Amino acid sequence: MAFATKSRTAAGRSTTPPGGGSPRRKRPLLGKNPFGLLLSAPYLIFVLAVFAYPLVFAFWMSLHDYFFAAPGADVDRPFVGLDNFREVLADPAIIRSFGNVGIFLLINVPLTVVLSLVLATALNKAVRFRTFLRVAYYVPYVTASVAVVGVWIFLFSGNGLVNQILGPLAPDPAWLINEDWAMPTIAIFVTWKGLGFFILLYLAALQNVSEELYEAASTDGAGKIRSFFSVTVPGVRPATVLVLLLSTVTGANLFTEPYLLTGGGGPNGASSSPVLMMYQRGIEQGSPDTAAAIGVILVIGVLILAFIQRKLAGGDES
Amino acid sequence: MHTNGLARRLLVVTAASATVVLALSACASGGTSGDAATKRGPITIWYSNNETEIAWGKQMVEAWNAENPDEKVKAQEIPAGKSSEEVIGAAITAGNAPCLVFNTAPVAVPQFEKQGGLVDLSSFEDGTAYIEERSGATAEQYQSADGKYFQMPWKSNPVMIFYNKDMFTAAGLDAENPQLATYDEFLATSRTLVESGAAPNAIYPAPTSQFFQSWFDFYPLYAAETGGTQLIEDGESTFNDENGEKVAEFWKTLYAEGLAGKEQYQGDSFADGQAAMSIVGPWAVSVYKDAVNWGAVPVPTSDGIAAEETYTFSDAKNVGMFTACENQATAWDVLKFATSEEQDGQLLDLTGQMPLRQDLPTVYSEYFAANPAYEQFGDQASRMVEVPNVSSSVAAWQAFRDAYTKAVITGEGDIPAALDSAAEKINTLIAKP
Repeated sequence: MAFATKSRTAAGRSTTPPGGGSPRRKRPLLGKNPFGLLLSAPYLIFVLAVFAYPLVFAFWMSLHDYFFAAPGADVDRPFVGLDNFREVLADPAIIRSFGNVGIFLLINVPLTVVLSLVLATALNKAVRFRTFLRVAYYVPYVTASVAVVGVWIFLFSGNGLVNQILGPLAPDPAWLINEDWAMPTIAIFVTWKGLGFFILLYLAALQNVSEELYEAASTDGAGKIRSFFSVTVPGVRPATVLVLLLSTVTGANLFTEPYLLTGGGGPNGASSSPVLMMYQRGIEQGSPDTAAAIGVILVIGVLILAFIQRKLAGGDES
Repeated sequence: MHTNGLARRLLVVTAASATVVLALSACASGGTSGDAATKRGPITIWYSNNETEIAWGKQMVEAWNAENPDEKVKAQEIPAGKSSEEVIGAAITAGNAPCLVFNTAPVAVPQFEKQGGLVDLSSFEDGTAYIEERSGATAEQYQSADGKYFQMPWKSNPVMIFYNKDMFTAAGLDAENPQLATYDEFLATSRTLVESGAAPNAIYPAPTSQFFQSWFDFYPLYAAETGGTQLIEDGESTFNDENGEKVAEFWKTLYAEGLAGKEQYQGDSFADGQAAMSIVGPWAVSVYKDAVNWGAVPVPTSDGIAAEETYTFSDAKNVGMFTACENQATAWDVLKFATSEEQDGQLLDLTGQMPLRQDLPTVYSEYFAANPAYEQFGDQASRMVEVPNVSSSVAAWQAFRDAYTKAVITGEGDIPAALDSAAEKINTLIAKP
């Protein structure tokens, strides 16, 4: 392979004399297929306008003393270097929000992967009520958080159903105003809410696992549990990488739940998240530069996590 | 060669896309023409989305349009968002804010001013005179640091203690003369209400972390305790003193003894019978009219002072004129029309909210005689404290709330130390340009 490449390169060189003696055929500016470019342009524009431009702009904002201003307003936005990052990293509330989201991811991501894979496998085998069960798991995902938050506040309040069932084992103070339990409760809520989507991903992946593999495993004497670990888990590995990545990215962007379920990241910041801090600093308090710095740190953190996950979960194979 | 070609194509597409993005940005930019201050013509206004204010807004616009066919006003409710302030802030940035917003929160005004979004009303020839003549000494609280008015003081909702007479009676308390003037009385009454089983909670201010929640627990009592001191005065926090500590200790006792709810309540705890008392303004009179047999008294102080000397938080909403407005001369006239004695009377009549007008009980004596439930609010409107008009106002309130929820609601740590720490943080915040 390497030799072939080398030969092609050598051959290529021999066709062009030094100094560019023979005139090269000029390529059209828009390539061979300008129509193809036209067809892909809307998506490219979308990516540039909705992802690339805001990302670059956010990075630029984080390096300036920036605030939103009326068009035409005479405002000074000097370059401040890494001042916004220093401010963010020196703020205990923001550091705590990153720690909180770390706790959230530690609970939410493994729980999501395990539960969605187990439930998807069970649903795949289920014959009766299959459609009903699939819809039942999917409904929380398509229901707005705002709508279900009220139910969870009712369930996990001091006099709520959960505490009534637990009786003397119930935590005091109650779940959502307990510094130790607020974030784990949110993690469980988010896991429950997103499960339907991830089950769907696994269900799709399970259709590609050949039935012959299960038959072969059975012939070799594997039971259901052994088949699950030896056939199902490796068979859906690409989906697992996707679930890991998506649950990490959506989890790192946690906002609605601490905003609504714990009344703004309470108690005492125990459930605040970096995105909630971005909202407070950027939108409520008019400091989008600080918010952008938090965002840049968050993006870097998520990229590092995604890289590690890809390495550990074997994303290269997918 | 292939790579070069791809790179070139990408460059072309990028350049084209960037052009489109820039073009779109340019389209979004509006800006005001230099002579907007003197121009006349049609204008757009936004008003609040609650039923009574919509009714007021519609009749005001109708009355104006009937007399001014060449300078018509187009009105709409403030577009939906997490809060009005966010919507207005976004509109300022986009350059499509309306001429007037009849629901501008004073806490957001310094930020809108910094954004270059607000018109200085003092720049109109009769601007300062009109505002000060209408609102009297109260107007001073709405001035910016340089003495200019970037907001028209419009209406207030001076907060008082609403109490449920039926619950008080059920607890064996005198519902017509409730003992709520001093902290000791208030605590004793609260204990009786809860211990008797008449009410699950004595009072239930939102125990959540949003920056504005302190306006309905700490701040009214602090205003009363200090005889009208703002949270920040002369560029320094004021609350880390004996008065602030007394107020914080009072609330801490209520939470520690289980007399005030620590959990977020979904709904109106007072209307739902979850609390025997609430801290609200006169807007609630019409809301609780058929739901609760209520009475109202001034907020308590440590030693108890006469009702006619008690201050409270104003919970005011003002009117802002925005720089995106092209016909600012018309907007100024509409603003004066909407805050005229006649329209203020309509506001009082339709919403029960208090126009920020001096001598309110005298000017609308007939209204208060016919609606005695509002009389004490009319009187209270002359002793109100507004949020400080300082830069980083929202950040300052958030810093205060964070310290308060920890030291008072959760009861962790020492109150003087928490107030000192919050004061230091706030002083640093407001010192920033």
